[in-house]
Amino acid sequence: MSLPDTLAAGLAGPAAPVAGQPRRLPRWPAGRLTAFAVGALSLLASLLLWHALATSRAHLGFITFAHVPPPSEVLEAGIELLSSPKLSLHVGHSLARIGAGYLSAALAGVGLGLLIGRFRWAARALLPPLEVLRPIPAVAWIPLAILMFPSTEVSMMFITFTGAIFPILLNTIHGVEAVDPRLVASARSLGTRGPRLFAEVILPSAAPGIFTGLSIGMGTCWFCLVSAEMISGQFGIGYYTWESYTLQNYAGIVVGMLFIGAFGMASSALVRWLGHFATPWYRLQEKKA
Amino acid sequence: MTTVVHLRGRVDIQHLDIEFGQGTSRFKAVSDVSLAASTGEFICLLGPSGCGKSTVLGALAGHIVPSAGRLLLDGEAINGPHPDRGLVFQQHTLFPWKSVLDNVAFGLKMQGVPGPERTWRARELIELVGLKGFERHYPSQLSGGMQQRVEIARVLINQPRVLLMDEPFGALDAQTRLKMQQLLLDVWARIRTTVLFVTHDIDEALFLADRILVMSARPGRIIDDIRVPFARPREAQLTTTHAFNSLKRHCLELLHPQNGPAPLDRLSPLGDSVLSEAHFAI
Repeated sequence: MSLPDTLAAGLAGPAAPVAGQPRRLPRWPAGRLTAFAVGALSLLASLLLWHALATSRAHLGFITFAHVPPPSEVLEAGIELLSSPKLSLHVGHSLARIGAGYLSAALAGVGLGLLIGRFRWAARALLPPLEVLRPIPAVAWIPLAILMFPSTEVSMMFITFTGAIFPILLNTIHGVEAVDPRLVASARSLGTRGPRLFAEVILPSAAPGIFTGLSIGMGTCWFCLVSAEMISGQFGIGYYTWESYTLQNYAGIVVGMLFIGAFGMASSALVRWLGHFATPWYRLQEKKA
Repeated sequence: MTTVVHLRGRVDIQHLDIEFGQGTSRFKAVSDVSLAASTGEFICLLGPSGCGKSTVLGALAGHIVPSAGRLLLDGEAINGPHPDRGLVFQQHTLFPWKSVLDNVAFGLKMQGVPGPERTWRARELIELVGLKGFERHYPSQLSGGMQQRVEIARVLINQPRVLLMDEPFGALDAQTRLKMQQLLLDVWARIRTTVLFVTHDIDEALFLADRILVMSARPGRIIDDIRVPFARPREAQLTTTHAFNSLKRHCLELLHPQNGPAPLDRLSPLGDSVLSEAHFAI
């Protein structure tokens, strides 16, 4: 793995798996300013190391930096892409695929999760096939998806859907199972029946868990989109990254990686922000705990 | 605030048996309990921990299906939960995502009462339980005593024929508990509903009740029916009088017989339905 790769992974990484929990840094003796300075210095040192390895075309036996572009070239390529009309095409296509795949995964995941978490018959009927499908990585669906969907656009949306639905589904199920039975009993005693129980008690009670799933799903959604775009597609940020490789525009590869990281992080942050906004009582409870 | 007098609220329990568990772990929680509460009566069920008094309450609320016997409210058989029978738990069950106002107005919302009417009726009850000014707070922003006030208001807004209270002040500190007992009597003086109040605190039972039904250790049976003769309104000084203490001594003898059995775990008014709601791993 080359150094810029780890950098890009570092950018995209925290957005995906550790959703919802604010990272708590250990208390630094001289306060937050020092902590910030150390972080900035560490970033700068990484950039310098990358620069040194790339410009010296370091060859370390099992890994070579001969074709790795230095930061300055990446910056140039980045500026070029930002001012090119192609950027909006790439970003637009990627966002449309994410939008369609993610929204349908959110609807299906939350809907099925509510049923499975609440009703034993739904769990018995629906869980076995889902359990068989769950361990299959979304990327493994790509060949079959191309065969199943006449439009490559739809097949890519399907891949993002596959990537996002399971974290959303599982977190919804856990959220629903964790609903306090006393709350349900109280709601019933106060005259709540049938579907209103879902709207008034189950859904809001499971909301914090559902938003955790939605945030994780957003991360996996980007991961799958990029894989799908690399294999089939004409536009999109993942496609741009792969195209840069085939055209030997090596700086473009890193630019693409950084864009993917930035978009993945921003969209996960957006989901988390929406979650905070939608569950104000939850923040109060956390503060108290 | 107008005084609402309920002409209904007669509770009849006839030969109630309740069993829990499966196979060899099956046990009898309540054995042959019969009682009759007349309209507007304040009854305390007093008994040691785990004697099944909460179970009786849960059956009346409709959360527990009896193994044998009949449960009647105004002559009609009890079948599942209903707003006519309001249940207050020891630990509050307010909806944490709803404000105090929306929690109290919840029962009316379920009845389809329009928004503005819900709001003023809820405000009226919030004022009655002394929480004016806290309408927009979330439950987690309130103290334990305040949470129970909201809980009581939320149940009363449905104008229940019977109010079922399962050690509602058991988790509060002594000072707050006294205040809440006084508040409950004040509220009950205005909204005269039948009350079945479960407690293991003799002072509490004597201070609140018209009648105390004393239950034995598990399987719970009713071993005494004590009429509490003190005039109302009652003040805290009552608890220091001679008459109060002699009744208290009588209760103590019933609750703590010589060589009595060891105390048991508390039973939930939801019975083993808590277990049937259990989570299955995915």
